[in-house]
Amino acid sequence: MNKISTRISALTSATALAMVLAGTTGLANAQTTLKKVQDTGEIVMGVRESSSPLSFTTGNNQFTGYHVELCLAIIDKIKATVGKPINVKYTPVTSQNRIPLTQNGTVDLECGSTTNNATRQKDVSFGMTTYVTEVRMAVKAKSGITNISQLNEKTIATTTGTTSVQTLRKHKAAEKVNFKEVFGKDHADSFLLMESGRADAFVMDDNILAGLIANAKDPKEFKIVGEVLSVEPIAVMFRKDDPGMKTVVDFTIREMMNNGALDKLYKKWFQSPIPPKNTSVNLPMGATLKALFKTPNDNPMESYAK
Amino acid sequence: MHLEWGFFLRDIGDGKTSYLDWMISAWGWTLAVAACAWVVALLLGSIIGTLRTLPTEGLARWLVKFGNAWVELFRNIPLLVQIFLWYHVIPSLYKPLQEVPSFALVVLGLGLFTSARVAEQVRAGIQSLPRGQRHAGMALGLTTAQTYRFVLLPMAFRIVIPPLTSEAMNIIKNSSVAFAVSISELTLFAMQAQEETSRGVEVYLAVTTLYIATALVVNRVMARIEKRIRIPGTVGSEK
Repeated sequence: MNKISTRISALTSATALAMVLAGTTGLANAQTTLKKVQDTGEIVMGVRESSSPLSFTTGNNQFTGYHVELCLAIIDKIKATVGKPINVKYTPVTSQNRIPLTQNGTVDLECGSTTNNATRQKDVSFGMTTYVTEVRMAVKAKSGITNISQLNEKTIATTTGTTSVQTLRKHKAAEKVNFKEVFGKDHADSFLLMESGRADAFVMDDNILAGLIANAKDPKEFKIVGEVLSVEPIAVMFRKDDPGMKTVVDFTIREMMNNGALDKLYKKWFQSPIPPKNTSVNLPMGATLKALFKTPNDNPMESYAK
Repeated sequence: MHLEWGFFLRDIGDGKTSYLDWMISAWGWTLAVAACAWVVALLLGSIIGTLRTLPTEGLARWLVKFGNAWVELFRNIPLLVQIFLWYHVIPSLYKPLQEVPSFALVVLGLGLFTSARVAEQVRAGIQSLPRGQRHAGMALGLTTAQTYRFVLLPMAFRIVIPPLTSEAMNIIKNSSVAFAVSISELTLFAMQAQEETSRGVEVYLAVTTLYIATALVVNRVMARIEKRIRIPGTVGSEK
């Protein structure tokens, strides 16, 4: 008797779990984001903890940055579309979970520093490219290193879990430069490897390097040098096959590019003092991004290869 | 959820290695770190654990204090912090250490951390023996060293095999901190490969399976040892 009742309760809970699971996947697949926002009165923005100046926290569950402010403008448009006030909920994501969380409906609009590439386009959708990062290297100013061919037999630092690791690997195979790689567990760690002399250069996205240098003890001790190893378009991300959402996002971005609002936003986050330390990353807009502001597109990284 | 495993056979970009090759080599690094650190932990842990049970008279008092200090030092600092101390802080104070490969540093860091835990288990094993055993050794005219070698330790080690099994399985999982000092082991592979392939679920499933399989093999080997060296009629042998 006892055994049977345990079995029955196990069966009921399994069924309940299956129903919950079916419910969530149903939500992600059948409903469009705009419909979901209209029904729940809430939109979930995926943000990053430390991808300054694109998306980062200032503590106390407050998030800000270039992409966060861009997304707030997009959400204003969504508000107008659904015709009612909506509540914005912030959910921090990581490089590891941002795509699954967007796919399964936990996050509606991811506003971090996600590279738009062909592999990811199979899983998610991207807005028009709003930032372009160039992978270069940071070195100590007095090291005399100016390009990557000088790094033969030297050590290069980069961060685990980033596309730069792959870029470096491909470069090594193609150019036959023989260097050693060390991997920091995060950007601060990789920078420390270069600062302490364990590595001679730190290869990473230029905006991240500029941010780290701006916050270093003595910013004049470091500089960003060398050829561009790879160009990566960065964009906001949302669920795939959702034309309504894609229209609102791209419409807002085009409008902001045309009326100069996005240019102003860029200057605010990349060329003026920003929190938390009130220093500027001091990174004027590059040629690629300037061209994109004139003729916006959402092409993946692969189309930027020379 | 749609799973897709084909990417494991894809080239990682250097023209000769596939993701599968890389994962197997990463597994090798995990095993190497864990095995080397376990040797350090078992050796030092046994010595320190034994020291802590010495009679507290004369010079031995200082050995006991040394053992206590060792355990408190390495047990009370979080593992990841210890690894960073070995990798970043100590080499910046003493420059020649920068030349030491990070593999040696992580083996040392993980080994010392685990040695404090092993020491506590060995001490508990020795102290769980009836006091009469030590006294019997002394009554037979054995020196302290002989009492430990022939009477106490053979019994104590048999008693502590089950907790040591847990510790050996722990060291496999704790070896994942090696990713923080740039050792290309399973956790580093998982973080990097999921970024490159966008197939995080598959990567983490594969890596989890390898961790489970390794820990399970360790568990079975230790169970085998436990069974083989059991002496009928002694403490801890009832089953």
